[in-house]
Amino acid sequence: METLIKQKIKEIKKGDQAAFEDVVSFYQHKVYQICFRMIGNAHEAEDLAQEAFIRAYTNIDRFDERRKFSTWLYRIATNLTIDRIRKKKPDYFLDAEVKGTEGLNMYSQLAADQALPEEEVESLELQTYIHKEILALPPKYRSVIVLRFLDELSLQEIAEVLEIPVGTVKTRIHRGRETLRKRLRHV
Amino acid sequence: MNCKEEAIALMHKYLDDDLTQPEEKKLRLHLQSCSECQAHFHELKRTISLVKSSSAVSAPENFIADVMSNLPQQKKRNHYIRWFRNHPFSTAAAVFFLMMFGGVFSAWTEDQQVTVSKQENLVIQNQVVIVPEDVTVDGDLVVRNGDLRIDGAVNGDVTIINGDILEKKRVQDSPLDGEKYMAYVSGEVNEVNQVFEWMWYHVKETLEGVFALGNR
Repeated sequence: METLIKQKIKEIKKGDQAAFEDVVSFYQHKVYQICFRMIGNAHEAEDLAQEAFIRAYTNIDRFDERRKFSTWLYRIATNLTIDRIRKKKPDYFLDAEVKGTEGLNMYSQLAADQALPEEEVESLELQTYIHKEILALPPKYRSVIVLRFLDELSLQEIAEVLEIPVGTVKTRIHRGRETLRKRLRHV
Repeated sequence: MNCKEEAIALMHKYLDDDLTQPEEKKLRLHLQSCSECQAHFHELKRTISLVKSSSAVSAPENFIADVMSNLPQQKKRNHYIRWFRNHPFSTAAAVFFLMMFGGVFSAWTEDQQVTVSKQENLVIQNQVVIVPEDVTVDGDLVVRNGDLRIDGAVNGDVTIINGDILEKKRVQDSPLDGEKYMAYVSGEVNEVNQVFEWMWYHVKETLEGVFALGNR
């Protein structure tokens, strides 16, 4: 897949805008997922993910083709999202829970045409709860947890995406994991 | 083993796939004897599977189209910039030619007044420079921004920039008279009317200058 993406990037660098469509198509869900899990609501996640792709496109010349494109793209997405979280007013955290559920509710409605069996409703509630607990983490722990367990990146890749040493990634994962453990132990 | 520090650190190392074999053995032995750490370890593993179990979210259906329609159109400009960056020599040459021709061009548009290289005995009337019948110009004659009528004779080249050679009607009547007219000018006759010719003229003159220097 990486080779196909590399080919597409060469075409984009030559000025073929249409080649970018395949890149968006391939990475859209991953990028959206990172933004959504970190920012917490569907509307803003869409906005951020779009912005990330547009920035990747306009700065494609700066992308070093010897590197992994996904790492570079995720870095743009996480940086944008972390910036957005920082700029948010503190009062955001008060209604974070309400906002945080938006995405999942909207999401669940798509599949909710048939009446849901009870256990699925339960698991949906559980998922919403987990989502909220991830969002409750401080941003620096949230980003590593999202990248590690939802996007399943290696520690090394996370270090490259966030531009921090691997040791720091580990420390943050440990702390984030401990915090989540305390929150989720009774589930 | 200190549960709070060492054991928990080992658990995280285990979860990161960072554990060496002796460490793994140490952790396993400890877990067998310490129920508290067992519980802790279990909770950690469960936490991870819970986080992982939260279903993957997908981007909205219209996402690709939205991104594509919001892409900037300035791609062309970037393209040129990239080209310039990749071809520094061509860029330098292009800039050089631009400035050179720019200089020549501004010299072309600069003055619209009639100027003649040799003023003696010549008559200037309504933008027409006349070499009277009884006058012979020795050397080259250059006329700018005006027409030239030669009734007399020129011993040398004639260059007319932004003007025409006016010929008497009778001169044009027969080819023989044409020859006669040519006889008045012993050298070449150049007319420069277009900017392009003007440039060509400049280039030629410069080159001639260069070669003349070389021949010396």
